[in-house]
Amino acid sequence: MTAISFQSVSKAYPSPKSSKSNASGGTFLALDGVSLDIQEGEFFGLLGPNGAGKTTMISVLAGLTRATSGKVSVLGHDVQSDFAAARRSLGVVPQELVFDPFFNVRELLRIQSGYFGIKNNGAWIDELLESLGLSDKANANMRQLSGGMKRRVLVAQALVHKPRVIVLDEPTAGVDVELRQTLWQFIAKLNKQGHTVLLTTHYLEEAEALCGRIAMLKRGQMVALEKTSVLLKSATSQVLRFKLDGELPAEVAALARVTGRVVQLPVHNAAEIESHLATLRMAGLVAEDVEIRQADLEDVFLEVMNRQQSHAGAQA
Amino acid sequence: MTGWQTLLYKEVLRFWKVAFQTIAAPVLTSVLYMLIFGHVLEDHVKVYDQVAYTSFLLPGLIMMGVLQNAFANSSSSLVQSKIMGNLVFLLLTPLSHWSWFVAYVASSVVRGLAVGMGVFLITGWMVNIQFIYPLWILAFAIMGAAMMGALGVIAGLWAEKFDQMAAFQNFIIMPMTFLSGVFYSIHSLPAFWQQLSHLNPFFYMIDGFRYGFFGQSDVSPWVSLSVVATALAVVSSVTLYLLRTGYKIRS
Repeated sequence: MTAISFQSVSKAYPSPKSSKSNASGGTFLALDGVSLDIQEGEFFGLLGPNGAGKTTMISVLAGLTRATSGKVSVLGHDVQSDFAAARRSLGVVPQELVFDPFFNVRELLRIQSGYFGIKNNGAWIDELLESLGLSDKANANMRQLSGGMKRRVLVAQALVHKPRVIVLDEPTAGVDVELRQTLWQFIAKLNKQGHTVLLTTHYLEEAEALCGRIAMLKRGQMVALEKTSVLLKSATSQVLRFKLDGELPAEVAALARVTGRVVQLPVHNAAEIESHLATLRMAGLVAEDVEIRQADLEDVFLEVMNRQQSHAGAQA
Repeated sequence: MTGWQTLLYKEVLRFWKVAFQTIAAPVLTSVLYMLIFGHVLEDHVKVYDQVAYTSFLLPGLIMMGVLQNAFANSSSSLVQSKIMGNLVFLLLTPLSHWSWFVAYVASSVVRGLAVGMGVFLITGWMVNIQFIYPLWILAFAIMGAAMMGALGVIAGLWAEKFDQMAAFQNFIIMPMTFLSGVFYSIHSLPAFWQQLSHLNPFFYMIDGFRYGFFGQSDVSPWVSLSVVATALAVVSSVTLYLLRTGYKIRS
């Protein structure tokens, strides 16, 4: 069964710049004809740079925002016309670290259960608290919790009604290693039990490790949709990696991914490797720890995004 | 508990946890009004010829407390949740617009009545007061509080910042309640202001409420009841419409 379905979904917002100066008002397309089907039981990754439309997609799915056109459904329930059934099937962990300062953790989880009409949810709440390492915080007020603890509560709140489809919007942003591991263990367990998981993240190694399929979004359009293994194989290049002191020559810098001293360059053949190293030699630079590795998801991601960039450039 | 009952419970728990601020503080304000105005005017003013001013004032103050706090409850809860961002937990649930409406309005009624009861318990012994028609008292208190709770939902949905909410409260709610005959019988006003008072729905709430105590009022309680019921129906329809369309909460 299809867990999540987007059919030609577009979302237009009034453009903030033109709305004041221009009476007719321009619009900004946050989503531009996105179609996507996620099957039940999948662990699905939604990737894209900031502002690509990931959160808009999730908002439309959750009924927080209405699509301008197109259809969205959760387990066959339209998110607008059959919103109650759709929302019962859906658990969303919002990206923002929001909380209700009036209540403690257990109260919040009880109240959230009640909104879904669930009575006596104590056993499942206990299991959630335990699995997310929150047991000793059950009676703490939300205000007293650290950021990471608040994030765990957000996850628990989203799962309180045992939704068949779980949506995590950047759940590991600003979160320590321990929580990431606890969280992924727990989510992976739920996925094994048959829950569908939709994840957005900027940590591409997480997506690579967890997601069976991945979609990439750019400026509101879907630019890639593949099995993770296929995407990784699709990389046209390998990566030349080395450490360097000093400034990279401009022609190389344009292609490189630089993290501190570490430089990574996409390479397609031996000649290219030689030419890069030659450029460095000419500039009087010495590359250390030189190695060639297979492309990872981050390389593929950059390749896809840059490909689109040059497309857009060519059209303009 | 079903969904709307949970939301009602949560909304009541929310103000109850800060009862010092949401109940005790407005009760104290009303008690101060009672002491000061009662002291200043007791010997100088008689209303309806035989009713002492403090006896006349008390129902007005109680009703003012009921109305203002019913409004404050739903409006502040919503605007806070919007600004804190935690309204999202409610938006993600299958609760219908009717559930939202019933829960926010009913919790506002509870808070309004709690404040009204508090004012009465503290000041009731100071004055000679009767309860000629208790059902009228209850009917006007509940309907008035419900209307203000619904109005609070509208204000809470509309306001994006606390100062907008404060403006709504200080420039609309406060003048309309103060000029509704809490402190005076409108028969003591010049003709023009009497006419104008008749356009203020709050006047009918207070006048009808007071009728329940004394069996006397500026206009017939049935007229007041119709006006209040109509106002409640109109405000409720607008509130339900805004909730159903997700005004300012679902873009």
